[in-house]
Amino acid sequence: MRQKEKPVNSFKFELESRSINESLARSCIAALIAQLDPTVDELADIRTAVSEAVTNCIVHAYPDQLGKIYISAALYRGGRVVIRVKDKGCGISDVPRAMEPLFTTGNTEERSGLGFSVMQSMMDRIAVRSKPGGPTVVTLEKRLRLKGDADGSV
Amino acid sequence: MSTVLSPVNETLTVLLTGEIDHHTAAALREEIDAAIEEHHPRLLTLDFGGVSFMDSSGIGLVMGRYKQVSAYGGRVAVANTPKPLRRVMRLAGLDRLAEMENGGTSQ
Repeated sequence: MRQKEKPVNSFKFELESRSINESLARSCIAALIAQLDPTVDELADIRTAVSEAVTNCIVHAYPDQLGKIYISAALYRGGRVVIRVKDKGCGISDVPRAMEPLFTTGNTEERSGLGFSVMQSMMDRIAVRSKPGGPTVVTLEKRLRLKGDADGSV
Repeated sequence: MSTVLSPVNETLTVLLTGEIDHHTAAALREEIDAAIEEHHPRLLTLDFGGVSFMDSSGIGLVMGRYKQVSAYGGRVAVANTPKPLRRVMRLAGLDRLAEMENGGTSQ
């Protein structure tokens, strides 16, 4: 990722890990992405991926407590979108295993174990950084097809 | 959410509306299970026509109802899935569990 590139627009916000905030998180991100005039499909993809990442924080990172979820999103020239969802919860001991389709530890709540699979399918790139007891950062990246001569400047 | 019961054919149709995520799925699960418990339909149809958003929580919702209904020999169908939701369903291979009608995963 070319992190040194300056975004044309960005914002960050934090939420409490209440499940009612899942829709708030994806709506906030969607409002920013709307500046790039995305297609209906692109917007749905991003909303879905963000919803999965935030739900993971609520269900897995902070299973028995309220914690903070830190979300940032940046728009770059050319229609590149980078979203970061971070928590300071319990961490993931085995990231590759957690990302396996159908693997879930949240059995009590009828979780499908497809959260990361959905994120991978909806976005161009996903990176997960975590360690047990440490923070978890999920980075989601997607390049939107810009309409007309727009170059991502907002 | 509302339900339509057709006692003649022993089918129960659940008309889902709004957004389905981890938060909303909890209440939906309880409502649908109460209806299943009451009617024991031979066919449970989950109609997604009014659903504007769904993440993998919707998959868990369908899989869980499939478990409930198939336990007594019933069947589950998914109907009227809007286009943006079909990708999530396809990804989960829901067509292997539930019958897809009018906009299931095949379209």
